[in-house]
Amino acid sequence: MHDFNYLRPKSLADAVAAFKNAGDGRYLAGGQTMIPVMKQRLASPSDVIDLSQVPELKGIAVNGGIVAIGAMTSHAEVAASKDVQAAIPALADLASGIGDPHVRNRGTIGGSIANNDPAADYPAAVVGLNATVVTDRRRIAAADFFTGMFGTALEEGELVTRVEFPTPEAAAYEKFLHPASRFALVGVFVARTKSGVRAAVTGAGPCVFRETVLEQALTRTFAANAVKNIDIDASNLNSDIHGSAEYRAHLVGVLAARAVAKAR
Amino acid sequence: MPRISLTVNGKPVAHEVEARTLLVQYLRETLKLTGTHVGCDTSQCGACVVHVDGRAVKSCTMLAVQADGARVTTIEGLAPAGKLHPMQQAFHENHGLQCGFCTPGMVMASVALVQGNPDPTDAQVRHGLEGNLCRCTGYQNIVKAVLAGAKAMRT
Repeated sequence: MHDFNYLRPKSLADAVAAFKNAGDGRYLAGGQTMIPVMKQRLASPSDVIDLSQVPELKGIAVNGGIVAIGAMTSHAEVAASKDVQAAIPALADLASGIGDPHVRNRGTIGGSIANNDPAADYPAAVVGLNATVVTDRRRIAAADFFTGMFGTALEEGELVTRVEFPTPEAAAYEKFLHPASRFALVGVFVARTKSGVRAAVTGAGPCVFRETVLEQALTRTFAANAVKNIDIDASNLNSDIHGSAEYRAHLVGVLAARAVAKAR
Repeated sequence: MPRISLTVNGKPVAHEVEARTLLVQYLRETLKLTGTHVGCDTSQCGACVVHVDGRAVKSCTMLAVQADGARVTTIEGLAPAGKLHPMQQAFHENHGLQCGFCTPGMVMASVALVQGNPDPTDAQVRHGLEGNLCRCTGYQNIVKAVLAGAKAMRT
């Protein structure tokens, strides 16, 4: 890892200002992707701005059917939160399965969605629940936030401050773990909401996406049988040594059925 | 260089470190606490697990500067010199190790697991050790050891 200038701002304004003043600045959230990337010298920022002491990025609040989670909230905190468990059990369940316990103690929701790894879990919840990503300068709808592999709508220096999840009527997340890396080979988040059924798929393509075939079938009948043997188009899905596109397409239906069966 | 001060195994320490220093490098190279191992150096194997403010973390995936002000416990700090923590004793008695390389991380992960869940099931132990790899044992005796260690920690 190349050396850098380490900054630990104490407020949101100071964090954003530190980025502006930096030559090649990078925010550091939980560091569970960022630090490995810097170790491999895939990133060599001049300034690393540690967000751990920024109070505006902390905390979980449930208000009027919205669960707002501060960007620096760890996966372990979301998984253990009684408020999240009561309002959106699927979200607490998803957080409890990210990486491993040690990663969950450091990794954060803000870091996860800003990184937008193709196999990350949180993007599936953000899209599946039609969440809103709040930044230091605007509100971004889930549909506009994830733009491609490791790509987001975030502008240079723009900082995610929290994610607001509307409470669904029922939801669940199921993933098929890669046996070695434990990343999702495919993950499916299903949600029945006031405005309709949503199904978001992660791991299968270059970036999280809504699968309309699933949504249409589940709109007709919100039951596992409705999607168990569904025909999913494999043409835009990933194909690699871990699984062919056709295999992933099949998993989408299998996991959707499992998720629907446990949705609550 | 940034100056950090923290508590390691109950003792206050303070040093100037390069910002890029990993917590595990600081523990091993500056403090000479070489019980914490570096296995994969890619955040996967868990040989480097230590407790930071009571929570298990991979010390190869945390900067030393991020531990400024924190309370760190390493395998050396689990029990007084010459004594074994009940979890270490359980690994010893249940043949929970062969080569021993992963053991410091396994033990630290197991202690954190049991502190959060004093009476875990077999499945909860396996889920709780997902971030720790062992290439010798096949895990069976590690799980046995953690269940025995949990029992010993309860009494």
